[in-house]
Amino acid sequence: MPLQAKLQSVDSISHVETGVLHSPFHSRTSALNINQQWSVWNGFASAIYYGDALLEYFATRNACAVFDVSPMRKYRFQGVEVEAMLNRMVTRDVTAQKVDTVAYNVWCTDAGRVVDDGTLFRLANDEFMLCCADPCLDWFLLSAVGFSQVEITDISDAVASLALQGPTSCALLKAMGFDGIDHCKPFQIMRFPWNGGDIMISRTGYTGDLGYELWLDPGLAEPLWDALFEQGRVFGIQPLGDESLDMARLEAGFIAPDVDFHGALHTVELHHDHSPFELGLGWIVNFKKTHFTGRAALEREKASGNYRRLVKLDIEGNKPAENSVLYADSHCRREIGYVTSAMWSPVVKANIAYGLIEAKYADGEIWAEVYHQKELRWYRKVARCLKVSKPFWSPERAKQTPPPDC
Amino acid sequence: MNRTYDAIVIGAGHNGLTSAAYLAKSGLDVLVVEKNDYIGGAAVSRELHEGWLYSNCSYVCSLLRQSIHRDLDLTRHGLMIVPYNGTTNFSRTGDYIAEYPDHDMQYREIRRHSLRDADAVHRYEADLMRYARLIRHFLLRTPADPTSFKPRDLGELVFMAKKFAGMGEEQVLEFIRFMTMSAGDYLDEYFENDLVKTLFSTSSIIGTALGVYSPGTAYVLLHHVMGDVDGAVGAWGLARGGMGAISDAIAGALKEHGGEILTEAPVAQILVRNSRATGVVLENGDEIHAGIVVSNLDPKRTFTHIMDQKDIPEDLYDKARNFKIRGSSGKVNIALTGMPDFPSLPPGHMLRNGTFQFLDSLERMERAYDDWKHGRWSADPFVEMTQSSVWDPTLAAPGHYFVSCFIQYCPAEVEGGWTPEKRDAFGDTVIDQISNYSPNFRDLIAHMEVRTPHEIENEIGLTEGNIFQGELTLDQLMFNRPFPGYSQYRGPVKGMYMCGSGTHPGGGVSSACGANAAREILLDLKRPNIVPEDDVDE
Ligand SMILES: Cc1cc2nc3c(=O)[nH]c(=O)nc-3n(C[C@H](O)[C@H](O)[C@H](O)COP(=O)(O)OP(=O)(O)OC[C@H]3O[C@@H](n4cnc5c(N)ncnc54)[C@H](O)[C@@H]3O)c2cc1C
Repeated sequence: MPLQAKLQSVDSISHVETGVLHSPFHSRTSALNINQQWSVWNGFASAIYYGDALLEYFATRNACAVFDVSPMRKYRFQGVEVEAMLNRMVTRDVTAQKVDTVAYNVWCTDAGRVVDDGTLFRLANDEFMLCCADPCLDWFLLSAVGFSQVEITDISDAVASLALQGPTSCALLKAMGFDGIDHCKPFQIMRFPWNGGDIMISRTGYTGDLGYELWLDPGLAEPLWDALFEQGRVFGIQPLGDESLDMARLEAGFIAPDVDFHGALHTVELHHDHSPFELGLGWIVNFKKTHFTGRAALEREKASGNYRRLVKLDIEGNKPAENSVLYADSHCRREIGYVTSAMWSPVVKANIAYGLIEAKYADGEIWAEVYHQKELRWYRKVARCLKVSKPFWSPERAKQTPPPDC
Repeated sequence: MNRTYDAIVIGAGHNGLTSAAYLAKSGLDVLVVEKNDYIGGAAVSRELHEGWLYSNCSYVCSLLRQSIHRDLDLTRHGLMIVPYNGTTNFSRTGDYIAEYPDHDMQYREIRRHSLRDADAVHRYEADLMRYARLIRHFLLRTPADPTSFKPRDLGELVFMAKKFAGMGEEQVLEFIRFMTMSAGDYLDEYFENDLVKTLFSTSSIIGTALGVYSPGTAYVLLHHVMGDVDGAVGAWGLARGGMGAISDAIAGALKEHGGEILTEAPVAQILVRNSRATGVVLENGDEIHAGIVVSNLDPKRTFTHIMDQKDIPEDLYDKARNFKIRGSSGKVNIALTGMPDFPSLPPGHMLRNGTFQFLDSLERMERAYDDWKHGRWSADPFVEMTQSSVWDPTLAAPGHYFVSCFIQYCPAEVEGGWTPEKRDAFGDTVIDQISNYSPNFRDLIAHMEVRTPHEIENEIGLTEGNIFQGELTLDQLMFNRPFPGYSQYRGPVKGMYMCGSGTHPGGGVSSACGANAAREILLDLKRPNIVPEDDVDE
C-alpha cells in the first residue's frame, strides 16, 4: 500500500500568490501610473513610467522625484562575528566602515567573479543591512560558514523603501520636519521619529544627484507617500519609473545588474560573468585588508592586467548605440566588444554608453556599429567612440553638506 | 516474398524509421520490417478504448533533434510539438511543491518551503545547464573511438576536447565528478529541504534501475534536461496526436522517398554469408535480401536473439549477454470521463493542468527502489501523471481526459512470473497512490492499460522492458555504448548496423541514434552525407 496521505483543507495551505505582487506603495503608485505601465521586479509591479518618462527624468536633475525601491532585496546581518563575516565576503574593508554609514560593495566567488553588487548599511557595531537587486540569501549563508555568531534574515518584505532624488530633495525633507537632514553627509544614515514610527534616511541613491533613500515600516508607506506628494508639490515632486531611473543611473556612471553585468552564480558560459576590475570597480577592491573571497584570483588578475574593461563612451552623433557591436576600426573588421547600455543624455546633450571592451583593445580606437530607425526604415552608421573616465553627470550639490536648497 | 532491397531495417521504432528515411532519401531501396501490426515501437499512439488515444509508452518529447524535424520536413508530415508546463508534487501532509512556468512565482513557491533553496535554485540550474549545453554538442555525432588513430576519430576527439575546454578547467573537473555522482548526493550539495529536492530529483530515476542515491543517477538527471523545445533547453513538450505522431511523420517522410514498411513481419534471424549480412529471414520463413541490414532492436536482443551465435565473435556475444538492460518502469494509461479533483489545489488553479507527482522525500524514493531490488513492484510507487489531453485536444473528446502515468519501480521478473492478476495488482497500487490525493479519481476511470516491464518487453521487444534499450550508466555511454569497440553503429559483420536507442546518444525519442547510424552507413557506401550533423546553436 502506498503511504497514506492526510489531506488538509485547501485554505490551510499557504499557496503562493499567482500573478504580480504589490509593494507597500502600490495603492499610490498605481493611482499615478495613469497608463498602467508596469514591469516586474522580483515579482513586484514596478512602474515603467507614470505619465511622461522624460519629464520624470528631468525631475531628478531639476526638482525631485520618488522611486519605489521596495522590491529591492534587503537582508539583515546580526551578531558579534558579523563584521568579520562580511569582511570576508565583500571586497571593501568592512572594519573601516563606521556605524550609520553606507558603502557600495561587490561580493565575488573564489574565482573572483562578481556575484552581485549592493549597498551595505552599518546600523550598529554588530548589525548591518545589505541591499541588492536580486535574491542572494543562499550565497550569504554559504559565506557565513565558519562564523557561528551571525544571523542572516531576509527582511525584504518587512522594510518599505523610497528613493527621493534631485536638487530639491533636501529642502523637501526639511519642510517635512526631518530636522537636521541637511547635515547628513553622503553615505551617512540618520533616523527620525515620524508619524508614530521611525524612518531611517540614508543619503544614497542611484541617480548621481543630490538624493536620499527612506527606509520604513510598510505600515508607514502610504502616509509617507501622501506627505511627500502633499508637501512636495511646491518642490516639483514627480514619481519616477524604471525608464527614467535607468537614464539617470547611466549618466551618473552606475552599472546595472543583468544589464551591464551578469551575476556569476547564474552564469552558464565561461567568461559571461565579470570580475570587479572588468566592471571598473577596482576602486572598491581592497587588497590591504585581510583575506576575502576571491582575493587570490583578483590579485592575479590585477597583476596580469588581462581583463576586459567596461568603459564609459561618448559616441559621435545622436543615435543611441543600443545593442551595438564595437570595433577597433571604422571598417568594422576587428570586433572588440559590445555596448551594454546606451542613451541620448538630455541634460549633457551627449550620446553616451557603456561598452565592454577586450583587454588588448582597451586603449585603442573604438567604433560602434549603430542601427537606428526612421519611420520604420533601418539605417546603419559607424560612429567613433571616445572613452570618458568621469561620470557624465555629477553635480557639486551631490557632495555638499549642507546641500543647497535647489 | 523474395524481393531484394538495398537495405532492410529491422523494427519500425522511431529510430529505425529515421535511419530508413535517410537511406531512402539518399536513393536506396529500403524496407522496414516490423513485428507488430502498428509502427512506432515505444513512440506510438493507439486507441485501445474507443474515444481515447493513448501515448502508450513514451509520452513527452524534448530530445527530438530539431534539425531532423526540419530536415525530414516532419511538420508537413503532420508533426507538431506543443509546449506544456507546471508540475505539482504532492506531499503526504496534503501540501505540495510546484514548478511554475513563471520565474517569480517559482521563486516564491520554493521560498515557501525554504528561503535558502529558493536562491540556490539559480546556482543549481546554471550548473546543470552548463553540462547540458556541453553534451548537446555530441548528440548528433558519432562518438570517437578513443583508441583509434584514424583522422576522423582524431578530429572528433579534438572537437570533444575543445568543447570541454570551453567550460574552463575548473568546470571540467566538476563535470567529471558530476558524472560519477548520485542525484541524491548532488542535490544535497545545493538544497536543504526535502520537498525541494524531490521536485528536482525525479528525472534522475526515470527508466533507471538505480536508486536516487546510486552513483550515476546524476547523469540520468542530465539526460532529461539536455533536450529542448525551440531552444528552451530542458523544456519538454507533447507531440500533438500523441508520441505516435512522431513515428507516423517520420514514416511519412520515409514513404515519400520511396521506402516501404512491412508490418506483422517479425524477423527470426539476420542472414550472414561469408561474414557479410545478406538479409533477414522472417518467423514465417520468408527471406528478404539486402546488402545492408540495420537492427533497431536493443543490442542484447540483436546479438542474442536474431543473430546466429556462430556468425558473431564470441566476445561480442559475451558483451551482449552482459549488457545492462534491467527493466524498472511501468506505465499506466488511463481514460477518464471527467477531470479528477485534487483538493489540495484551489479550484481553477493554473497548476491543475500540469503534471502531478506524489512524493515528499528522497528516502521514500529510495524505499521504492528497495522493493524493486527484492523483486517486487514498489508498494509506495513514484508516479508521474501527465494530463496529456488537457494540452492536446486530439486525444480525448471534450470533457474526457487521457492521463499518462509513468511508474518507478516495477521489476521485469516477479516471483512465480508475471500473471494478468499480478499486473492488475500493480495497476491498483498506482491508482491507490493517486487516489490518496484525488478522492474521485477511481470513479472517473473508463479504461486503463497497465504495462509492466513484462508487457513492454513482449509488445515492443525492449529486453526486460528497459525503456532506454540499455541503462544510461557511464560504462554504457558515449564510446562505450552499447559496447566498447562497437559505438560507431557498425555490427560485427560487414553490412550489419545498429540504430536503436541502445546506441549513442541513448534512450529517448530523439531520432539521433537512427540519424547517426544512417550517416555511418552512407559513409561506408561512399555516398554523400545527407544527415544533419549539428543541432546546437552557438
Ligand atoms: C514506458 C516508456 C516510457 C517512455 N517515456 C519516454 C518519454 O516520455 N520521452 C522520451 O523521450 N522517451 C521515453 N521513453 C524512451 C523512448 O520511448 C525510447 O527510448 C524510444 O522510443 C526507443 O526508440 P527506438 O526506435 O530506438 O526503439 P523501439 O521503439 O524500441 O523500436 C524497436 C522496434 O523494433 C520492433 N521489433 C522488435 N523485435 C522485432 C523483430 N524481431 N522483428 C521486427 N521488429 C521487431 C519493435 O516492435 C519496435 O517497433 C519511454 C519508453 C518507455 C518504454
